Amino acid sequence: MPTDVERWKSEVYGTEIREHLFRFAEEGWDAIPEDERDAWFERFKWWGLYHQRNGQESYFMLRIGTPNGRLEPGQLRVVGEVAKEYATGPGTNPIFGDAYADFTTRQSIQLHWIKLEDVPAIFEKLEAHGLSAQQACGDSWRNIVGNPMAGDDATEVIDAWPVIQELNETFKGNDDHSNLPRKWKVSVTGTPDGSGQGDINDLALEPAYKEIDGEEQVGFNVRVGGGLARNEPRLARDIDVWVAPEDAAAVAGGLSALFRDHGDRENRYNARIKFLVDEWGTEKLRETLQEDYVDFELETAGDDLRDQYTYNAGGEGRNDLLGVHEQKDGSNFVGLNVLVGRMGADDVIQLADLAEQYGSGAARLTQRQNVIVPDIPDGELDDFLAEDLLEHYSPEPSPFMRGSVACTGTEFCSLSIVETKNRQVRFARWLKENVDLPEGVEEFHIHLSGCTASCAQPQIADVSLRGMKTRKDGEPVEALDIGLGGGLGEEPQFARWVTQRVPVDEVPGAIENLLANFDDQRDGTETFREFVLRHDDDELADLVEPEETSYEDPMMHNTKRTWYPYAEDDELDASPAPSLADGTPITSDD
Amino acid sequence: MTVSLRVLDDGAWVSVNDAREVSVSELWRLDDPSFCGCDLPDFVVENVLSVGVDGRTVTANVYGQCIGCGETGVPGWVPVGRLSDGKFVDIDRENTVLPVYDGDDR
Ligand code: HEM
Ligand code: SF4
Ligand SMILES: [Zn+2]
Repeated sequence: MPTDVERWKSEVYGTEIREHLFRFAEEGWDAIPEDERDAWFERFKWWGLYHQRNGQESYFMLRIGTPNGRLEPGQLRVVGEVAKEYATGPGTNPIFGDAYADFTTRQSIQLHWIKLEDVPAIFEKLEAHGLSAQQACGDSWRNIVGNPMAGDDATEVIDAWPVIQELNETFKGNDDHSNLPRKWKVSVTGTPDGSGQGDINDLALEPAYKEIDGEEQVGFNVRVGGGLARNEPRLARDIDVWVAPEDAAAVAGGLSALFRDHGDRENRYNARIKFLVDEWGTEKLRETLQEDYVDFELETAGDDLRDQYTYNAGGEGRNDLLGVHEQKDGSNFVGLNVLVGRMGADDVIQLADLAEQYGSGAARLTQRQNVIVPDIPDGELDDFLAEDLLEHYSPEPSPFMRGSVACTGTEFCSLSIVETKNRQVRFARWLKENVDLPEGVEEFHIHLSGCTASCAQPQIADVSLRGMKTRKDGEPVEALDIGLGGGLGEEPQFARWVTQRVPVDEVPGAIENLLANFDDQRDGTETFREFVLRHDDDELADLVEPEETSYEDPMMHNTKRTWYPYAEDDELDASPAPSLADGTPITSDD
Repeated sequence: MTVSLRVLDDGAWVSVNDAREVSVSELWRLDDPSFCGCDLPDFVVENVLSVGVDGRTVTANVYGQCIGCGETGVPGWVPVGRLSDGKFVDIDRENTVLPVYDGDDR
């Protein structure tokens, strides 16, 4: 039986939705018939608009998809201007103020507090500058990720950007691939650093060499079935296929068609292709792909570069894309740290100014929620690095700032259990003040996700934090499960959840004690991941000693039970939403 | 009058007549020692799987965890509200002991 969501989609979909959206924008929030709200909010997602959580009715999160995190010259400014003009609501964030942009772990941009009435003007502005909120949303191809410097990074062995563009153009909004059993996340990378994070995607194309007709060629090895959500994390599995760049779309499309036809449509929780790979194994998957979905002979896997992967791997080399790096054309790209991915609109605009002044005006977004300014000539580098804005968005931040990733959490997200971004900022600041990393440990990644959907990719951090609840002195409080030792690299591993339900105010103390124990019991210069690997779960649990410290958490209570966690009167009943275009509350008449 | 009952946004909440009524992250006391062995499991709702109606009682089938002992899983059907004249009447789910019905009774 078709679900409501399927039915709504079949009734009005695609571009048609836009006409209705614009009509509602003109007539106002109230024009959406009360008994059609669920249907319209579901359809609006197609245009990148996600209704914010309860208590925030009539306000939307807007997602701007930027394939491979690539912003062409001028686009960063547009993002900043749209955020400045439209992304302000009734709630002010105590750390970030009003009007900010979030850079996400899938290299997209999210704006909050967007009102329906403003949507036509926002779309006009975005589209005039080549940006779009149109989502390959629902069960289809999502924003394609990779190394955002594809095409320019001096270390790359193959330019992934033309492949990403082709995939994006071929499969986004493609009717044959837009009704998959579940979402379809793709990563394409051409650098030997692993910065595309292919291992945690449904489909990964990773650089590999293959001898074809006596000649060595560069293309991609194919892995399938990675993903982090729902307590069922999987690494993408090697299906023993190498593909030339010109055939990448055929193979990628073959795989998404295979998923369309064979994925589990009965049970959404069992639908992602990772479960099909579990069930079939990689051999059957490859055979089926060969027999039914591609019309040429597949090559076997080539020589990959996985032994060179450093990104988010916890060892030597590039763990992220921060700092100054060389481009192929001799100029430089500079990665800047954006703590938990959130940047005030004025700062975004200022950064756009700097990008124009020193570079080409282009910008890039990374999977660690950071921003890159490319195309800076050697001669301009020192002046750029001396700019005041870079004190706040540093190319060389302290390790706890650098290693922080956090999702949206209870501030806006329906699925969340705990407060996330602001909490991670408070954690990072406290750790920076109070805790030293052991000798020689330069990087330490802490990722905080508000629920098991794992948008902040907690399982691939040194310390993984995931929202939960517990009781403290009998009172329910926000809590975090603590996992250790995750990371990518040649041998990726997921964090092991060793300590559950730690009250949030005891988490910084737990990390402090853990690091002290690591320092004490460390073998020579072993990395944190190696240290975790040689201990069993019980030993590790003993090394995490949750403890109250000078850290105080102002958000211990149930922040989801508020209309906005930071409001003075935060009770759900006190919510000013829904609101008219000018922000005045719409009084309910029933 | 027909009542529309839906689970939306991948199990984030239950919608009754196009309004969000029950959300994940609630903490329920369940009268169901068979779930984990605790007398009254102290249960965090992490995901709504489905919603049903039994007479005038709206019930939900959810995934979650007992924060007393850490057991995870899906208890039976839990009453989350009542219908009166086609409207949803909330119950104070976080401050009431909630009975749990067998799947078979539905
Ligand atoms: C208005 C409410 C929501 C907000 C503000 C929100 C925010 C976000 C953000 C910011 C990301 C990217 C991760 C990051 O860098 O922070 C993300 C990804 C994700 N969200 Fe949400 N989210 C919302 C609702 C939901 C809901 C209802 C679901 C369940 C269907 C969901 C499931 C996911 C998943 C699975 C990801 C993983 C990454 C991806 O698909 O790109 N989110 N969300
Ligand atoms: S991990 Fe959970 S809480 Fe965080 S943004 Fe994703 S869905 Fe929301
Ligand atoms: Zn229990």
